[in-house]
Amino acid sequence: MKTRRDFIKISAVGTGAAALSLKAFGSNGFGLFKSEPDGPVSDEDLTPYPTYCEVCFWKCAGWAYVDKSGRIRKVIGNKEDPHCNGRLCPRGTGGIGMVYDEDRLKTPLIRETKKDGSQYFREASWEEALDLVAGKMKEVKEKYGPEAFGLFNHGTPGGHFHHLLRAYGSETNAEPAFANCRGPRSSAYYSTFGAYIGSPESTDIRDTRCLVLIGSHLGENMHNSQVQEMSEAIDNGATIITVDPRFSTAAAHSSYWLPIKPATDIALLMAWIHVLIYEGLYNKEFVEKYTFGFDYLKEHVKNMTPEWAYGITTIEPEQIRRTAREMAGAAPAVVVHPGRHVVWYGDDTQRERAMAILSALLGAWGKRGSLYLPEGISVPHFPQPEYPEPKWTWKNLNYGKYPLATMGITTELLKASIPRYNYEHQVKAWLVAGTNLPLSMPDKPLFKEAAASVEFIAVMDTMPMDITGYADVVFPEATYLERYDVIRLAPNREPNIALRMPAIEPKYDSKPGWWIAKQIGERLGLHDYFNYDDYAEVIDWQLKKLGTSLEEMKKIGVKKFPRKSGPLYLGDGEDFTFNTNTGKVELYSTDFADHGFDPMPKYTRHPEPPQNFYRLIYGRAPMHTFSRTSNNPNLSDLMSENSVWVNPKVADLWGLKKDQKVWLKNQDGAITSFPVKVRVTERIRWDSVYMVHGFGHNNKKLSRAFGRGAADTEMITNVAVDPIMGGTGMRGNFITFLTEDPALEGKEVKA
Amino acid sequence: MKEELFVSGRNIPNIDPYLNIWHWQIPLYLFLGGLAAGILFFAGFYVVRGKEKQMQATVKWAPIIAPIALVLGLFALFLDLKHKLFFWQLYTTVRLESPMSWGAWTLMIISPLAFIWVASYMKELVPGWNWKFSLLEQFEAWVIKNRQYFAWAMMIYAIILGVYTGILLSAFNARPLWNTSILGPLFLVSGFSTGLATIIWISKDEKERKKLSRIDLIFIIIELFLITHLFMGFKAGSETAIEAANLFLGGPFTVSFWVFVVILGLIFPAVLETLEIWGFHVPKWLPPVMILIGGLMFRFIMVEAGQITRYLY
Amino acid sequence: MRYAMAIDTKKCVGCGDCVVACQTENNVPHGYCRDWIVESVDGTYPSISLEFRSERCNHCDNSPCVRCCPTGASHIEEGGIVTVTHHKCIGCGACIQSCPYDARYSHPDGYVDKCTFCLHRVQKGQNPACVDVCPTRCLHFGDLDDPNSDVSLAIKDRKWKVLAPEAGTKPQLYFLT
Repeated sequence: MKTRRDFIKISAVGTGAAALSLKAFGSNGFGLFKSEPDGPVSDEDLTPYPTYCEVCFWKCAGWAYVDKSGRIRKVIGNKEDPHCNGRLCPRGTGGIGMVYDEDRLKTPLIRETKKDGSQYFREASWEEALDLVAGKMKEVKEKYGPEAFGLFNHGTPGGHFHHLLRAYGSETNAEPAFANCRGPRSSAYYSTFGAYIGSPESTDIRDTRCLVLIGSHLGENMHNSQVQEMSEAIDNGATIITVDPRFSTAAAHSSYWLPIKPATDIALLMAWIHVLIYEGLYNKEFVEKYTFGFDYLKEHVKNMTPEWAYGITTIEPEQIRRTAREMAGAAPAVVVHPGRHVVWYGDDTQRERAMAILSALLGAWGKRGSLYLPEGISVPHFPQPEYPEPKWTWKNLNYGKYPLATMGITTELLKASIPRYNYEHQVKAWLVAGTNLPLSMPDKPLFKEAAASVEFIAVMDTMPMDITGYADVVFPEATYLERYDVIRLAPNREPNIALRMPAIEPKYDSKPGWWIAKQIGERLGLHDYFNYDDYAEVIDWQLKKLGTSLEEMKKIGVKKFPRKSGPLYLGDGEDFTFNTNTGKVELYSTDFADHGFDPMPKYTRHPEPPQNFYRLIYGRAPMHTFSRTSNNPNLSDLMSENSVWVNPKVADLWGLKKDQKVWLKNQDGAITSFPVKVRVTERIRWDSVYMVHGFGHNNKKLSRAFGRGAADTEMITNVAVDPIMGGTGMRGNFITFLTEDPALEGKEVKA
Repeated sequence: MKEELFVSGRNIPNIDPYLNIWHWQIPLYLFLGGLAAGILFFAGFYVVRGKEKQMQATVKWAPIIAPIALVLGLFALFLDLKHKLFFWQLYTTVRLESPMSWGAWTLMIISPLAFIWVASYMKELVPGWNWKFSLLEQFEAWVIKNRQYFAWAMMIYAIILGVYTGILLSAFNARPLWNTSILGPLFLVSGFSTGLATIIWISKDEKERKKLSRIDLIFIIIELFLITHLFMGFKAGSETAIEAANLFLGGPFTVSFWVFVVILGLIFPAVLETLEIWGFHVPKWLPPVMILIGGLMFRFIMVEAGQITRYLY
Repeated sequence: MRYAMAIDTKKCVGCGDCVVACQTENNVPHGYCRDWIVESVDGTYPSISLEFRSERCNHCDNSPCVRCCPTGASHIEEGGIVTVTHHKCIGCGACIQSCPYDARYSHPDGYVDKCTFCLHRVQKGQNPACVDVCPTRCLHFGDLDDPNSDVSLAIKDRKWKVLAPEAGTKPQLYFLT
């Protein structure tokens, strides 16, 4: 058994790859051989292939235009697609860079140990790599049961492995998208409205009269159709209220910007609720007919006046009242945007609850311009045997801790992997598909310990992301433009489906995720679960069940179906039973009360930065999707590194200049691996700093991303866990500046 | 606080963060052009004045440098071109509004003139020189006969060339430092001054040198006057012009410009020339070398600094 | 006919999609761009204003780059679109010096390159690539001589500005403020 797993940088790959990449460099560097044709090519000379984007989770449908030499020239949005309306965002347009990134994983890799104990990756054949993983899976099944093989997944590639592991007998899976991102919102809205908010969120921004954004920075997150609809809302003269300690892009386009003191959002929300109730501005009809617990709520918020909130949030009482009245005036056409990455302070489910309650008081549910009633379509399963019933699943890991979690929690899976936590159910091996855990999760030490503890890690990715350095086997996955994938089925205003098919053959020796999963499945004797030669057969079978076909979908890419569940909005006075304990919108959550949590949100004070420290706020840039696009040649061209935003007053205090490189150190003494440039800007408060997430890669093989900027995740060592659903609150970390290289300092001390 | 920045990662080579598309080639080209213009002008001038005999170095010897300088200058210009194989496109059209086109054509005319000028004196410069072909001998005779006309043509084209070296820059109104009509006369005067310096350096005739020194002094004074005027104009101008001037008035180019160009390249040699005229002993090469270095630096600084000045961002 | 573009700074979020779309449409080499985004911040926290501008060649009515070109490579196409004929360009850099917007650059292959308003698309009645991709629809393109064109309608009832009007080039990018 391995006790320690070195982090291997894939740059240590054999000489063959090095020689290859040198050759590539030479031919590009000297321009001797021109592989790229010049100038624009007219659309008539290009062949479009339907796809849906994999650069982010929005999954916009589009067309990959391939020229006569077999090169993808551009990716353009599908006009019929409600996710993008024919307009991809910069990442979708630049998705082409995922294919032509010369740093891609090119062949399977297997970890080897030299005589001197050092470890390296050896290029391997598919046969060998697949055999090894299948063998390990058999071994784990025999020794510990299949449940001990855990899966970390994200996006469509994860789906194929989810299927594989279910067939194998494991449902021990988690994705950072839940506990490290939008989990609190799911639990909060589910407990309030008995429904999830979905993805794309069912926000009717297009027709709203008032859009309320609380720490949600549309425009910096390019959630495509939402950003498009915000623009429409601006055209329509909608009131936009943005609550953010930072002057975000959305704030710049807003009618009201409330520059709130960080970590005090609940106080503001409760004060808004107070104003709506005590000024009699709430939607009495809605509250009467559909909600439960109004009287409790009224009593609960009695003293939560704007004056009370002013002392906490630093927002003027008059401003709180005025914005509350704006909302009431626009009701029910108000979107209180639930946000997406909402794990901030550990009481996030409660904050999301407050937002849900606010919406309910405004009657802003199921009405035009608020939250519409989404409808999706379901596809029948391709014929396969029933999945075996695992003895335990991710639910058992959460059991007794996070009763209202609706998905597996990544940190729990990590802890279950570490023997000293002594979990009843322990995880012994991992499959990681499409998620770069070291950069997408807080508390890196925990991750490292877990990675060192498990017996085996297999990673599938298209790029040599940091996670691949922890793997025993690395599978190079074909990019989304080179493969078939599951049919996209996200609910929307109209049910719709989208097809992803290969525009070109996979480059290098990469393979589609479905193929890799099937190959492992075959080796495990699970052929009946993978009863096809090509995933296109599955898609065609499913499409025919839906009354279309692969042939038709190849021509149209996206197909819409008529709604079956009734209209998009709730009719006036229409009876509606909510999927909650009381069948009503629960202003007072009976679920929470049952589990011993506050049934109504309360403001709790969170720690504030100590002297000379600043709260770390992180966020997104519109041209990047977290850490996965940092090396994309098209997108790194737009933004190659992040910077740390510092208020001019703070910069003066520290003598920091624009573009000066600093290292960051947090309250626990963690220091960033790389320096980051300072941006001196008025757009950030003096008690906080801001960074775009996803930079500071530590793998040299990422030639464009390595060492560019700093990773905010390295500064997030203090995690405030949400007791309700296990969310990992990450905004309670404070940083200070180091202007000298900390590595040099250490050396000097030694000398 | 005001902040203006590119947020789409724009960082184009030679454009960002500061324009730097012209490197050493263009200032060298301008310097050599001005120098040749100066030499050729005075060669023509003294022939027209009928002082060929008294001004041997000016009329016969120094002009040897002119065609060499012009060829080197053209070569520098060629090196500056990024799409070199297409350079002949310059001579497929005459673009009256384009200073580059003017320059290309002016050089196309003045370079052969310079060569012919030197060739017509070959027999005097190199005793026993023989053209070997009768056609060439006939042509030489024709040139010598019409030397007055050649002298006039050369003077006119020398002025055009000298002014052109300044106009090439001043035509770009996007670069506030260059966009002033003073640059034409300033570069003309400066170019003539470097031409004179070269002749003075070459000349072995005391009388000729004194005469030329007196003229050079006048040119240096005019040059100083024009430089003062240049900055007065900037300071009285728009914000962009003031910013341009500030590069030289406290900005990064202050020392290199005022110390090396104005003091060491103009005032100091002017003092030395004056002393020489008054009969003090001054190393013969010193004032010309200082003027030449000053002139070269002047062009380097103007090209470099001008590219930094802009309207936006 | 007079092609022009209006950019709605009240809607632009500075995502850079116009830049990538231009790069893929026109095969612009990595490290270069024909359009770009400027973020302009003014004020003191919390009274701040912020403007995003998607900028590119202004296709000026009085275009200095065309005037100073020694070979005629830089020229004006139909509708006032300023373009460069690659095989006529000698790469002297004069046009780059002449542009107050720094909208031109020297292509690695030697010639000078710039925004063409996607002439190859416009000639077929399409919009420039940047306009068609913009998620916020903040870019409006069309013929100013046609009162019903997208750009004419966009600037009709809005306040607008042009960049560096003092440079006297009569630029044709209208920034709606």
